[in-house]
Amino acid sequence: MDQHWSQARRVFAALFTPPALFLLAFFLVPIGIVWLYSFGQNVSLTEIAVTGTTANYTRALAPLYLGILAKSAWMAAAVTGLCLIAGFPVALAIAFASPRLKIWLLLMVMLPFWTNLLIRTYALIAVLRDEGYVNQGLKLGWALAATLGTHTSAFQPLELIYNNFAVMFGLVYVQLPFMVLPLYAALDRMDRSLLEASLDLGAGHLRTLWSIVLPLAMPGVVSGVVITFIPTVGAFLTPDLLGGPDSQMISNVIERQFKRANDWPFGAALSFVLMYLTFAGVALQALARRRIGARG
Amino acid sequence: MLIEQWLKGGSRRSLLKGLGVAAVGLSLGGVLDACTKGAGAPSTIRIPGGEGPKLNFYNWDTYIGKTTLGDFRALSGVDVNMSLFATNDELFAKLRAGNPGYDVIVPSNEFVTQMAEAGLIEPLDHARIPNFENIAPEFRNPSFDPGRKYSMPYTWLVSGIGYRKSKVDGVPDSWKWLFDSDRYKGRIAIGSEAADIIRLGAKYLGHSLVGVTPEVAKQVEAMMIRQKRNIKTFHEDDGQNLLLAGDVDLVHEFNGDIAQVMKEDADIGFVVPKEGSLLNSDGLCIPKGAPRPNNAHAFINYLLDAKAGAEISQTILYPTPNAAARALMPASYKDNPVIFPPSDALMKCEFGRFEGSEKQHMFEEIMTRIRAA
Repeated sequence: MDQHWSQARRVFAALFTPPALFLLAFFLVPIGIVWLYSFGQNVSLTEIAVTGTTANYTRALAPLYLGILAKSAWMAAAVTGLCLIAGFPVALAIAFASPRLKIWLLLMVMLPFWTNLLIRTYALIAVLRDEGYVNQGLKLGWALAATLGTHTSAFQPLELIYNNFAVMFGLVYVQLPFMVLPLYAALDRMDRSLLEASLDLGAGHLRTLWSIVLPLAMPGVVSGVVITFIPTVGAFLTPDLLGGPDSQMISNVIERQFKRANDWPFGAALSFVLMYLTFAGVALQALARRRIGARG
Repeated sequence: MLIEQWLKGGSRRSLLKGLGVAAVGLSLGGVLDACTKGAGAPSTIRIPGGEGPKLNFYNWDTYIGKTTLGDFRALSGVDVNMSLFATNDELFAKLRAGNPGYDVIVPSNEFVTQMAEAGLIEPLDHARIPNFENIAPEFRNPSFDPGRKYSMPYTWLVSGIGYRKSKVDGVPDSWKWLFDSDRYKGRIAIGSEAADIIRLGAKYLGHSLVGVTPEVAKQVEAMMIRQKRNIKTFHEDDGQNLLLAGDVDLVHEFNGDIAQVMKEDADIGFVVPKEGSLLNSDGLCIPKGAPRPNNAHAFINYLLDAKAGAEISQTILYPTPNAAARALMPASYKDNPVIFPPSDALMKCEFGRFEGSEKQHMFEEIMTRIRAA
């Protein structure tokens, strides 16, 4: 089975060529054009001249945009952290569930994928808004408590939507499966006898979790963090729909350059600044992987 | 995008549908028969040029009369194939790379200027559009398209303040309540279009909407940054839904949008602020490289016909610039103060104008700064 690809060149070529051409034509070429645009300037409403100017990057690296980038990165880091905290116990529970139950639990994690992101986000609006399900429920409780004579004041709805809390809540909700699945994959592969050994040798459950389970799950944690963090930095739908006047993220700015502002070169430069940072992040992950690999 | 539109409760084009459709439908038939007999409506339309019985019409969703296209085919034999766009940005982006075969498009006023400047639309031949005389005088020579060289008016709208009557004191007839006051803290939503906010802010400060200088823009920026903590959200042209759902009590929106939710909720009102406001108008244009310009002219002329225009207004219930068509409509439409605000309020309103990319980029960057502050 462990045959090297050079021993079956033709099979390899036949299998590899179509996807490679597809990637070239529909991913690398378009992205290359956008990359060229980032060194261009608008000469008319519809034409861009690639002049090699770096003015777009200079503008993209101004404090205003770096600040928005930093804010997006901070939001994404917070969302990733929350996903990790919420996702780890879930992944652990699935990994240790009976095989029958495991399938159902995994299905429940993946079920939201079957619904379009937009529809899920609108559903969240219905839950979080001032007259939404949460506030309606609280209002009912408030009214019941009032009949018991605990208070007489009017119910003030919680401000759950159109602020940064709502954006973070929405992003955690959307990204959680991306964290749970790699964690589950790592935990499921774990050698159970190591846990038994740890418990036999006198370590408590928490100690075992911290010293045995967590290090073994580390590759899953790293993958989960990367595939949660990257799309979150680039999120624009959630801050658009759930955010308030303060919730702008970098992708909202990029989207506006391509649409309303009709300033493609600047939008391209902003996109590529984000992409360079993403590449740097992936490179760091690869380094971290190697270190974990070397240690293990 | 269609699903998004649907979830948002329809675009601004789909509004007003509920607004007395039944009443209009019942009374209109008789009125139309009476009026058009004398007017001598054409029994057939002959189009010179022989371009074949086809026309590609690129329009907003729910933005045409129920029977309009069928009626036009019956008269002219031309089969109109209509496809839909959702935003002006989408329309512009699609034509930017070359006309894929559309004969008639419906951009809003500022995009008429922008597309004319970009060479994406053709000048119209007024000799072939005699029904232009049906258009009300105030729409015949707008600043965004002097002499109606490129566009024929199809509908118009005005932005103003929609409000929940029981939650505000009196009529909030000033932009102050949205832009420069903490009286309604946390109960305000403003549209997210950068150019609209900055120009309306300038209007509130006593300047024209057109030709906003960097200094005035700076003042508006400072004002909006101050005001930001009182604003609940910048909405995506769905302000009427926020108002209807009780999320906010004051919202910056188009008259048509508010008129729709007023039908559902009697506690909602609309006012054009006393400082004046922004007028919008969608126009019928022929894109460059249109394969059938003769059919396109005939179709545009037909849409400006009094009876055809009334049929369109009857379905979409939007303010019409067509005086002859409006005259055929019942009082519930033509005397509705939300659809047709009083003329002294409209006197202070101006059409927004596309003033070049530089300005657009400036507005967008100001908005980015306001949101980031």
